Amino acid sequence: MIEALSGALHHIFTVKIFLMIIAGLFGGLLTGALPGLTATMAVALLVPFTFTMEPTEGLIVLGAIYMSSIYGGSFSAILVNTPGTPSSIGTTFDGYPMAKRGEGDRAVLIATFASVYGGIIGVLFLLFLAPPLAKVALKFGPPEYFWMAVFGITIISSLASKNIIKGFIGGAIGLLISTIGIAPIGGDVRFTAGFSQLQGGIELIVALIGFFCIPEALTMIGQRGKKFHLTEAKRKKGIFLQTFKDVMKKQGNLLRSSILGTIVGILPGAGGSIANLVAYNEAVRVSKEPEKFGTGIIDGIIATESSNNAVVGGGMIPLVTLGIPGAPPDAVLYGVLLLQGLRPGPELFTTHSHVIYTFIISLFFATIFMLPVGVIAGKVLHKTVVRLPVRFLAPLIIFLTIIGSYSIRNNITDVYIMLTLGVLGYILKRLGFHPGPITLGLILGPIGEAGFVQALLIGEMLPNKWMIFFKSPISWILIILSLLSLSWPLFAKKLAKEWKVKGDEVEG
Amino acid sequence: MKKFFLLLSLTIFCIATVSGIALAKYPEKAITYVICFNPGGESDITARIQQKPLEKVLGVPIIMVYKKGGGGAVGWSELTRTKPDGYTIFGTNLPHIIVQPLTRKNAGYKTEQIHNVYIFEFTPNVLAVKKDSEIKTLKDFVEYAKKHPNLPVGGSGQPSANSLGTVEFSKVANLKLNYISFTGSGAAVPALFGGHVKALMTYTSMAARYPDKMRALAVAAEKRAKALPDVPTFKELGYNYVEGAYRGAAVPPGTPENVRKVLEKAFEKVNHDPTVIKKMEDLGFIMEYYGEAESKKLVDKLTVYYRNLLKELGLLKK
Repeated sequence: MIEALSGALHHIFTVKIFLMIIAGLFGGLLTGALPGLTATMAVALLVPFTFTMEPTEGLIVLGAIYMSSIYGGSFSAILVNTPGTPSSIGTTFDGYPMAKRGEGDRAVLIATFASVYGGIIGVLFLLFLAPPLAKVALKFGPPEYFWMAVFGITIISSLASKNIIKGFIGGAIGLLISTIGIAPIGGDVRFTAGFSQLQGGIELIVALIGFFCIPEALTMIGQRGKKFHLTEAKRKKGIFLQTFKDVMKKQGNLLRSSILGTIVGILPGAGGSIANLVAYNEAVRVSKEPEKFGTGIIDGIIATESSNNAVVGGGMIPLVTLGIPGAPPDAVLYGVLLLQGLRPGPELFTTHSHVIYTFIISLFFATIFMLPVGVIAGKVLHKTVVRLPVRFLAPLIIFLTIIGSYSIRNNITDVYIMLTLGVLGYILKRLGFHPGPITLGLILGPIGEAGFVQALLIGEMLPNKWMIFFKSPISWILIILSLLSLSWPLFAKKLAKEWKVKGDEVEG
Repeated sequence: MKKFFLLLSLTIFCIATVSGIALAKYPEKAITYVICFNPGGESDITARIQQKPLEKVLGVPIIMVYKKGGGGAVGWSELTRTKPDGYTIFGTNLPHIIVQPLTRKNAGYKTEQIHNVYIFEFTPNVLAVKKDSEIKTLKDFVEYAKKHPNLPVGGSGQPSANSLGTVEFSKVANLKLNYISFTGSGAAVPALFGGHVKALMTYTSMAARYPDKMRALAVAAEKRAKALPDVPTFKELGYNYVEGAYRGAAVPPGTPENVRKVLEKAFEKVNHDPTVIKKMEDLGFIMEYYGEAESKKLVDKLTVYYRNLLKELGLLKK
């Protein structure tokens, strides 16, 4: 391995490769920041360009794009309250309030540091612990996926701690929307109201744009008389170093979220969309001041942004060791590997070790380069959003939502769905329903449903088919975690009182 | 500014008219190749193999676009509404384009509307177990399944070549298998490796992808697959069971004949390209050479076959 590593380093340190990485980073950042263009699309769009390159070079560029598009999603989440990719849903919770306070540039910097940190942790796991961790991926069968979805739903109790009932109603709305279209098992057509276009169901990204973006733009339009600019920028000196220090103080949060992100990345089918919310949930749970989450605190951004970039390395673990893509963009990378005649698996580490180690090392450098690239791009984007008057910004956002929702499946129906959901989201928001739980329901619905039906079918072999849900230790761990997560708000109130007594010497 | 927009709209108008008239010289601009599944899936991979050679033969760029959803139905219903000028072609899959309109109340298209210009490959079903499984041969599997009724067998989609194939094989081998549908061939693989299902009724391409982890027991084709030379066919072992999925390329209804002929010839030429053949066969696909007329015959034949099978299973739409 050492030999392969030094060979890889030798291969990477050329001007050409470095320029390719930087170009990939800028490209990925831009696609990630535009709502509707996800990491998967960014990678897929650029596949044809890699055909003319050598296999290693192609992989290096795609890896850089993947890494930075996940990070780029945080820009729009922070600056205009719309997750650029589903991996940044949770970043809106604290990033946007911070930007509204006039600390947008600080929020972007926090996201940058956290993303680089998380990315590096994920890549380190990929480099050193890939084979044993890949086995974890296989332990997850249908019953485990069902319980994972259940656990995911319980996150709502901390996402919507102010009004848990409304949170769960929102989650139920999301679950119901997720059932539109062809059933994942059995292939029945459901709730399409006779429209053949609805067979494909409601695409998550389309719903995301509708629920987050449109209500925000409508609110902006509603306030245009009162506020000329969306936010004001208060320039502070030494913000770069100060923020770096602030972020690095949160080692516990950074490490926990990065490891969570890696683990969720390893599980096939799950990805950044789930990882960032799980990490947010855990950050709230561990925090001594859970009530401050959602008001624009540094911990919220750190949790989501470090976890989603850790998914990149984590998702590649089952890909390179077993040939099973961990997260959706990995499926595209898999296709590229196959087209180049490289079959993922143990063979990749023996006969093609130079390719795979060069790729992993390049991913490591790409993550580090994300820092300067992100700082420059972040400054420019932040300035643009801050300087643009609302009367230009709001139509621009709506224009981008239309392009974004069309481009995800190249389907005009998605634009209509997005606008409909947008109006629905605006009304719901006014009634006090947050888009977070709704999208969580939408993400987890298909995973939970498929797991449930598949598990029951497999259970036919047992004397009592329902026992399939309680057979494995992982199922039990997830059940216990769900119960804990669900009852946490009750504990939290009690604990908060106790902490308040001792709170004087504890620093937030 | 006003002048600029005037100029712009004039230009667009001119381009639109010119491209309308000049159909005779097809193709003279980029062709969009629509894939009705996810990027990175097998429909994407096969089309990507064709992309460069097609560009060379046709002399215009081929642009890949993904319109996924509904097991391909969203894309194919879009096909019926697409301008039939030959500049948008669609990847198609059998039996999907036959089975969906037969089982769904409104699939958004009819099988007859999918006008295949060429069908280029066949991916047969394969019955596979884990490499370290105690099941070594098809005979072992049949014995094991007899002892364990309701044995879970995973596969991709429902109704699909995998799901219907599991039913057909159960019938000819007189077994009671329990088909577990996954959302794609790739999604079923971890379930096998993790021991959550005992076997997969999957495609040869999957068995070719995981040679060190998967043991293919038999191939549901008339002849063995090039990528799996040691795996016998079901027919060799005495089970009359052939099933799998075909891939082709189609144009919208009403596409002029000269355009269809150009595309048919181009796909035919690409399909005889040795590098294309090698790439496809290495990945477990079996080359097929159905021109436009032969494709129609194949679709008609399979439509009768699947209609009867679905009727027997009570899956035919009312």
